[in-house]
Amino acid sequence: MELNGYHSEDEGGTETDDGETRLRTPGKGRAGDPRIGGGTEEAAAFPREQGEPSERRARHTADSPRKSRPPFPWFGMDIGGTLVKLVYFEPKDITAEEEQEEVENLKSIRKYLTSNVAYGSTGIRDVHLELKDLTLCGRTGNLHFIRFPTQDLPAFLQMGRDKHFSSLHTTLCATGGGAYKFEADFRMMADLQLLKLDELDCLIRGVLYIDSVNSSGPSECYYFENPMDPVHCIVKPYKLENPYPLLLVNIGSGVSILAVYSKDNFKRVTGTSLGGGTFLGLCCLLTGCSTFEEALEMASLGESTRVDKLVRDIYGGDYERFGLPGWAVASSFGNMMCKEKRESVSKEDLARATLITITNNIGSITRMCALNENIERVVFVGNFLRVNTLSMKLLAYAMEYWSKGQLKALFLQHEGYFGAVGALLELLNPS
Amino acid sequence: MPRGGSLTKLAYYSTVQHKVAKVRSFDHTAKEVDGDPLYEISVQEEITARLHFIKFENAYIETCLDFIKDHLVNTETKVIKATGGGAYKFKELIEKKLRLKVDKEDEMSCLIKGCNFVLKNIPHEAFVYAKHADSEFRFQNTHPDIFPYLLINIGSGVSIVKVESEDKFERIGGSSIGGGTFWGLGALLTKTKRFDELLQLASRGQHTSVDMLVKDIYGGAYGSLGLTGDLIASSFGKSATTDKEFSKEDMAKSLLHMISNDIGQLACLYARLHSLTRVYFGGFFIRGHPVTMHTITYSINFFTKGEVQALFLRHEGYLGAIGAFLKGAEEDNPNQYSWGENYAGSSGLMSVSPDLNPMQRVRSGTFDMLEMDRLERQLVNLPLLQDPSSYIPDTVDLTEDALARQYWLYCFEEALDGVVNRAVASQPDLPQAVERAEKFRQKYLHKLQTLRHQPFAYGSLTVRSLLDTREHCLNEFNFPDPYSKIKQKENDLALRYFQKVVRSLEKLTWEQRQFALVKGLLAGNVFDWGAKAVSDVLESNPEFGFEEAKHQLQERPWLVDCYDQWIARLKGPPHKCALFFVDNSGIDIILGVFPFVRELLCRGTEVVLASNSGPALNDVTNSELQILTERIAAMDSVIQAAIKEDRLTLVQSGSSSPCLDLSRLDKALAVVVRERHTDLVVIEGMGRAIHTNYYAALSCESLKLAVIKNSWLAERLGGKIFSVVFKYEIPPQSPGLRR
Repeated sequence: MELNGYHSEDEGGTETDDGETRLRTPGKGRAGDPRIGGGTEEAAAFPREQGEPSERRARHTADSPRKSRPPFPWFGMDIGGTLVKLVYFEPKDITAEEEQEEVENLKSIRKYLTSNVAYGSTGIRDVHLELKDLTLCGRTGNLHFIRFPTQDLPAFLQMGRDKHFSSLHTTLCATGGGAYKFEADFRMMADLQLLKLDELDCLIRGVLYIDSVNSSGPSECYYFENPMDPVHCIVKPYKLENPYPLLLVNIGSGVSILAVYSKDNFKRVTGTSLGGGTFLGLCCLLTGCSTFEEALEMASLGESTRVDKLVRDIYGGDYERFGLPGWAVASSFGNMMCKEKRESVSKEDLARATLITITNNIGSITRMCALNENIERVVFVGNFLRVNTLSMKLLAYAMEYWSKGQLKALFLQHEGYFGAVGALLELLNPS
Repeated sequence: MPRGGSLTKLAYYSTVQHKVAKVRSFDHTAKEVDGDPLYEISVQEEITARLHFIKFENAYIETCLDFIKDHLVNTETKVIKATGGGAYKFKELIEKKLRLKVDKEDEMSCLIKGCNFVLKNIPHEAFVYAKHADSEFRFQNTHPDIFPYLLINIGSGVSIVKVESEDKFERIGGSSIGGGTFWGLGALLTKTKRFDELLQLASRGQHTSVDMLVKDIYGGAYGSLGLTGDLIASSFGKSATTDKEFSKEDMAKSLLHMISNDIGQLACLYARLHSLTRVYFGGFFIRGHPVTMHTITYSINFFTKGEVQALFLRHEGYLGAIGAFLKGAEEDNPNQYSWGENYAGSSGLMSVSPDLNPMQRVRSGTFDMLEMDRLERQLVNLPLLQDPSSYIPDTVDLTEDALARQYWLYCFEEALDGVVNRAVASQPDLPQAVERAEKFRQKYLHKLQTLRHQPFAYGSLTVRSLLDTREHCLNEFNFPDPYSKIKQKENDLALRYFQKVVRSLEKLTWEQRQFALVKGLLAGNVFDWGAKAVSDVLESNPEFGFEEAKHQLQERPWLVDCYDQWIARLKGPPHKCALFFVDNSGIDIILGVFPFVRELLCRGTEVVLASNSGPALNDVTNSELQILTERIAAMDSVIQAAIKEDRLTLVQSGSSSPCLDLSRLDKALAVVVRERHTDLVVIEGMGRAIHTNYYAALSCESLKLAVIKNSWLAERLGGKIFSVVFKYEIPPQSPGLRR
């Protein structure tokens, strides 16, 4: 069979119907498959070219404007501590000629990714984030946003192998710690060569890019007005036109805080280990839940004031001498020092308290960094904020309240995908 | 009385009646009869003020209140100040038991007041904690200016307070993630109820099984950011992705790291924002727990890259109580006085570390004390210190020098019998001298044993602190001055030789005389009952004379020999004023110091003689010196004229120690020193010039001289017993040398 003009030796074993392929269900009996070794040997033995090899070569030498355009498929990947984020560009301007030329494997991947919204039991495509009619490197298409747990990466690699992904690509742009940690696995299991990219570079590149292209639909950047007011709280679009200087707070498993002064001038100010992983980890231990969604659902039903000790619990009201309002948390989980109270709280209360504790802490570290760096705009990103309006509103409120209105908390629609987008951009436009 | 958590801390003020030795001159207008003592010694009752701080578990509150009641007799106190959460809880009980009104005081202002008080009044109050160092506790010198500083109080939550002056402080921030979070969350996760049990769990755990480290994400370090693989990327991150069971120990450890790191990070952010480098940590999360002191220290080091050190306080647990007390005593204005830690009545820094044996834990957990004596005068720096902030009185820190520590602890224990005998002998007519002396022995022995195991108990362990502790213990059992009679006898004896010595000196040529004076000073200093080698000789051979002492001295060149420079200097213009810290009574002061002083006076140099305010060993006290000076003046016209013309002045040092802390001297002394434009400081004796101040840098010329009367120390310094140290120093660009 011709694969992108190249011949694959063992296409026979790989056909799976797109719909049936599941990240969690790699084909049975693959363990002893000789193709692992074979594939690797092949990789070493035959220099591989992708895309439209002959044509492309010609164009390269002809120094055409499309010379640097890589072959399809276009992926960007961010392998974090908890989640793998994948962005995929689906070309919609494929000509009939191209369609014919397109090798089966490539087509199969495209179809598989675009016709499903869930992959296996844990892979998910965030359809609402899809960016349509995007022009990238002269091609028009849709940008898809997919995520799955890092612990399912082996299944993903297996699928990549099954779909002969390696026959399409020599390099896959990846960032995040996993790009380093799993580099050997990519090579060994899927015969894929990773182009490892710095996650902070990718993150910033991704943020700036998405904000610049996402003009249709809801504004990429937004903020909350009256965040704690259940009636008057509204989401308002924010134009991130001249964003610098900017504090970028990326809340994944852990938290990184970056001060961004221009497109390529930024520094990591600090970070904290109390992040999304801490919220989920503690929730799992305290409530027995197992997913982020479950934990958030519980948190939305709980009451943290039963768990936390508030200023008013200690002082009977505001601690006026120091301007501390009675509702402020004096001690997170402080009520849990007492046995009776430990016995009277619900799992939901505990989940809520955990969420509030982690969120407020990120808020206060961020605020201190903003003061130290003299920056007034803060953009919060990362998958901790996904479907987590509670935390976003809390952060928005905390920034405004404690800074007496000096600080503005901004959020982005594509929360956790910027690293992956940055990786994709690196593929298309090596910096 | 702050009443947080399960411990009650109580502060009270008492007046302590105790015996003091007084000397009184006889009326010498009457014709002197040979054999009459020089002056009269009496032991009198004196009332001094003392601050007591007691810490005990709430379970003992009734016992404690009974205790206070007994100590409150004849007091006019009507109100008791209380702070902390328990102030409400026990209000009724206290009011009923003591028939006093309970006033609730603001916690934070009490804390700050207490903190200022200990930082100012207790040397070696603050320390740096270094888990893996030879001595875990590295004590900081008392900085003359304690402000500004940051106090991070880690109670159930965290308060971050910036203190700018005695009355100016501001809570600049805080965090809800504090001790309560560790306790509450820890109790939920591990089903362990007690705070210190949780800490013990944590100290046995491995956080790496629960936390997601950088290497768990990266497979190694995140090199480009300089983040090492062992760094925690996400606290509890592994418990989100693995279904396995985690051990209580591991979870507690992970929690401890999470909270300590978080607090450390915030502390650094606040310190940076306010440009503060002195950051003190307190609160129940820290209090006496090496585990948390270590994690906080680690965190601060990490986040500030070593620019800021985490400081802890020995008496941190008492700050609120001290503050509440000080508020109650505001009309007495305790801040106008200086206070000194009483080593006899204080239990010292007792760690409740799980590593320590259970005995110690029980003791420190239930009952712990601090006593502060009000000093009669305000203590200040010697204005002539070159850099008060870097001045360290003590020459050797025994907390760090294990070999020296062993020797000196042994030495003090060996000498204990002699001290006990002397104490008994000093009070032949007073009741229960033997019993009291025995109690003294037990107490001091116990202190020595404590120090053997916990050298850091009272700050840096030094020969000075060992000597001072002994004096405090002697006082505690009403032996205010065991050497009073010996001093009296020796003074009497030496006075008879004074004129003879002066006459023989006058016969010498200038050069000969200068050497004889220095030799006399050194020989006089051999007469020191504080040194065991000498007290043995003196006791067996009372005729051991001045001349014999001179023969014992090392021949020149001495161990430290700046004599030639000194003589060269003397050939120049006279000094304006010399400040002389004197040492022993008897031959030392009368036949050694006075002839030397007389020569200085003759050169046109004014002299200020600084002697101890209270007794210590056989050191001459200010009141004794006054009598001696009068007697010498009666015999010697030079001295008489100098006194009359105010060229010879006696001042007290403010100390009752055989050693000398130049950062804690009587304010009056400092005034005189400044007024007279003092340009020479003479420090005499082992205690003042070797054990302390050997390396003290002064802004004027100085002469440090002593005879090393301890073979171990002499050997250590590279000499033999009776080696001579004659150290003459000129500071760079001394005004005294500008001609």
